[in-house]
Amino acid sequence: MSKITRRKFLKSSSVAAAIPLMGSAGNALAKENSQLPDTGIILDYPETTVSNSSQLPVNKAISFNYPDNSSPCAVIRMGHAVPGGVGPDKDIVAYSILCNHMGCPLNYDSTTRTFKCACHFSMFDSEKAGQMVTGQATEDLPRILLSYDKASGDIKAVGVDGLIFGRQANVV
Amino acid sequence: MTQKIKDRIGLPPVNAQKTNMTCHFCIVGCGYHTYKWPTGKEGGRKANQNALGIDFTQPVGSLQLSMTPAMTNTVKDKDGQSYNIMMIPDKKCVVNSGISSTRGGAMGSLMYNDTGASKERLKYPRFFTGDDWVDFDWKQAMAIYAGVTKRILDKDGADQIMFNAFDHGGAGGGFENTWGSGKYMFSALKTKMVRIHNRPAYNSECHATRDMGIGELNNSYEDSEVADTIMFIGMNCYETQTNYFLNHALLNLQGATKDKRKKWFPKESIEDSRFIFVDPRRTNTQAICEQTAKDRVLHLQIEPGTDTALFNGLLSYVIEQGWQNKKFIAQHTSGFDDALKANKMSLADCSKITGVSEADLKKAAEWAYKPKASGHAPRTAHMYEKGIIWGNDNYKIQSALVDLVLATQNVGRRGTGVCRLGGHQEGYARPPYPGPRPAPYIDQEIINGNGKMLTVWACNSVRTTLNAQQYQAKIIQRSNIVRDALIQSGGGLTTEQMVDVIYDAVSNKGGLFVTTIDLYPTTFAELGHMMLPAAHPGEMNLTSMNGERRMRLSEKFMDAPGIAKPDCLIAASAANALKDMYKAEGNAEMAKRFEGFDWDTEEDAFNDGFRKPDGIDSQGGGTGTLVTYERLRAMGNNGVQLPVKEFKDGKLIGTEMNYMDYKFSTDDGKAHFLPAPWTGLPEPVEKLRGKHKFWINNGRANHVWQTGYHDRYHAFRAERYPMAPIEMNPADAKNLGIESGDVVEVYNSYGSTSAMAYLEPDMKPGHTFMVFGYFKGNVGAVITDWTDQNVLPYYKGTWADIRKASSMADYKKTVSLKRRRYS
Repeated sequence: MSKITRRKFLKSSSVAAAIPLMGSAGNALAKENSQLPDTGIILDYPETTVSNSSQLPVNKAISFNYPDNSSPCAVIRMGHAVPGGVGPDKDIVAYSILCNHMGCPLNYDSTTRTFKCACHFSMFDSEKAGQMVTGQATEDLPRILLSYDKASGDIKAVGVDGLIFGRQANVV
Repeated sequence: MTQKIKDRIGLPPVNAQKTNMTCHFCIVGCGYHTYKWPTGKEGGRKANQNALGIDFTQPVGSLQLSMTPAMTNTVKDKDGQSYNIMMIPDKKCVVNSGISSTRGGAMGSLMYNDTGASKERLKYPRFFTGDDWVDFDWKQAMAIYAGVTKRILDKDGADQIMFNAFDHGGAGGGFENTWGSGKYMFSALKTKMVRIHNRPAYNSECHATRDMGIGELNNSYEDSEVADTIMFIGMNCYETQTNYFLNHALLNLQGATKDKRKKWFPKESIEDSRFIFVDPRRTNTQAICEQTAKDRVLHLQIEPGTDTALFNGLLSYVIEQGWQNKKFIAQHTSGFDDALKANKMSLADCSKITGVSEADLKKAAEWAYKPKASGHAPRTAHMYEKGIIWGNDNYKIQSALVDLVLATQNVGRRGTGVCRLGGHQEGYARPPYPGPRPAPYIDQEIINGNGKMLTVWACNSVRTTLNAQQYQAKIIQRSNIVRDALIQSGGGLTTEQMVDVIYDAVSNKGGLFVTTIDLYPTTFAELGHMMLPAAHPGEMNLTSMNGERRMRLSEKFMDAPGIAKPDCLIAASAANALKDMYKAEGNAEMAKRFEGFDWDTEEDAFNDGFRKPDGIDSQGGGTGTLVTYERLRAMGNNGVQLPVKEFKDGKLIGTEMNYMDYKFSTDDGKAHFLPAPWTGLPEPVEKLRGKHKFWINNGRANHVWQTGYHDRYHAFRAERYPMAPIEMNPADAKNLGIESGDVVEVYNSYGSTSAMAYLEPDMKPGHTFMVFGYFKGNVGAVITDWTDQNVLPYYKGTWADIRKASSMADYKKTVSLKRRRYS
């Protein structure tokens, strides 16, 4: 795990003014083959290798934690290109698997390829960028932004699109 | 994918302002708190550093909190100061216990922000000058609006002044606004030519149950926690009354309330509870319940429109078995023998008509009405909604249902009740409606060329009506006559001359002057001539009551956009403008009719209506006098259940369940049985069934609120359903070459509309289900103009053909088309 971010910059910013001041700071993070946006608010995310494209079985949720050990996530290779997919076939996606409604653990249903919450019955489509199929969340499922290294096949987590449940900010 | 990256939110500092808010949307009315604080400040992560008192230095555990980016926003008050807001569910509210729904959870982000989802809100009155929409101030807008009104009132009478108006609580409603608009329409203008937001006349959705002496909201949500059996009829409460289901009814099925049931009813045998679903469609609510306890869930999958036959068959069977409560029937009801004679139906006939097996009919009767092991009658709650209200003859179905409920005394006992689940919250306080029953069929009046001006008040009734295509075509045609007149009139007109032009167009050329009063420029507004900007809860103080009659005050915490104002104060502006006009011409008699609107705030309207209940129709009843804003504020998000019994020790004491004394709302205090013989489908509907292949059932979906007035601008929802989805049986779809995500045309002899195909294996062959009232795809276009005796539509009763209109690669790529049933 390596840090590639602007920790010093954050520390020097007052908390109160953090949002507007950080507006363009994400530029420093933009990287080739990475899903990190080149604009917008972005936190101090670590870069974590989660798998290798050659080792990921199709339609099986592989667990990992990101951006820290308290945040369970899953990476899945869909076997066909999907919105937000990375890798040689644009078919690898990853999500937080805490329901963003009220934090219950989500189960991956490989038949429907959805994530399901047994608490309040929300369902999220892993093949549609985590879109809520039905349920009580107010946003689609937080997506783990990935980068793909063509040479090594490494899939790395580099950021999160959406707020992980139970946090004021994804990076605590 | 298209959502903006949002991976942190600002916490309210400890000194943030905290106010109460009842969710704007569905009838359940979940409690929320609004936090507001100046931008540039933020609370810290430690529990003592933020107003939530929650420690965010470590991730918060599951179910401890619901706090999402959609609950936050930045708003600006009229003083130019910007504030952050956060609107999160209240854990201490007994309605929702801190759970948010997908609709209410987004309230924060839907508050006005000039760059946010709500940026299209109306800020100023707008007038169509002939070539463009122009902003006006209230004075000029009222000079035209009241000017045209006065001209028509003087020359043609009040019957030519028509309204399509809300009658509910929550956003676009509330006791303040029903009173203000009602006083204007019924006392000042004295027009009877009014229809309600979702139906073509001024009527109740529950005439039958009221005629029988039972108001339709007679129990508490807690009764669904302690019922032995709940019969859910024509409703889908997971999607449309979400936290009634999640926080009350489901807990019962899960067994979580068994101790409470034992405590409340210590002498009765308490078994695991059972749910019966009466619906031609297997809903997601049912699917979820089957996941919980499949053997305690029964689906009576009736043929469309056969509810009356079902209830009559069950009633007859109950009587055969001797499971009725003879003492109750004798002492507290009338008309039983006549009703039984009229409703009598054998189980065999009932099975044949409804398509439900005799075994399942018996099972349902046993679950709901057979005495328990302890000898006590089961406590069965009957919870219904649009399957009955928009069903095959509203009056008759409701009569048949309440007959069955009365015979088995499933009212006035805890754990029972016969209640609608509801759509909007309630909040009705108006002078008596000045028209007859049945009330005039306003849509037909408009179609027939009657009415000279139409005000569409907090609704989008081209989207929420029957025979909608013909209706909309007529609105466009008649509105365009006025538009043409304005265009041809040339420039330089004084206000008086403009009123002359409009009056000439509506009086001599068949035109219709159309004004909308709303939050947004709705699709109806775009067809008309004037838009008046309204406010919603948070921008005004507003009181409503939920489906268990729980009244709360949603507190104002920000200013409305521009010069938008509460509906009650818009009514007052119109009334005062008319009063001044009559005074100016020395007509004291007419000026007097428009007196009594000297309100500065919405609280003035509340005090004038809800708190002066003599001679008006108010859901607060005679004890509304006890309720004040101050007292409600103190009662917080738990409020008080109407009617209020007393004010004691600083608290309003309410009523949890009605009719526990068996004194019903009739002249003689007895509940009245009503005959409700099964007579089949109405002729125009039966004709359609013979001609067209698909039954076009219709209703609501989880993400969507009402006509999607916010949703059309809210990416999370609009991207989920770019147009109204229509659930279809996969084999039916295959035969027509239709895939999920295709655009299909739905058409019959009444009209044509479009929808997005959504294949669903649970749909029976020949059955479909289309989302109602959506901003794109209007199922009302194919619904017949037939109504029941009180002019209630049969929205659920239409048949049509379907064809593939287009393949939409982009929908298939971006929209989830997976099953919406939890499995």
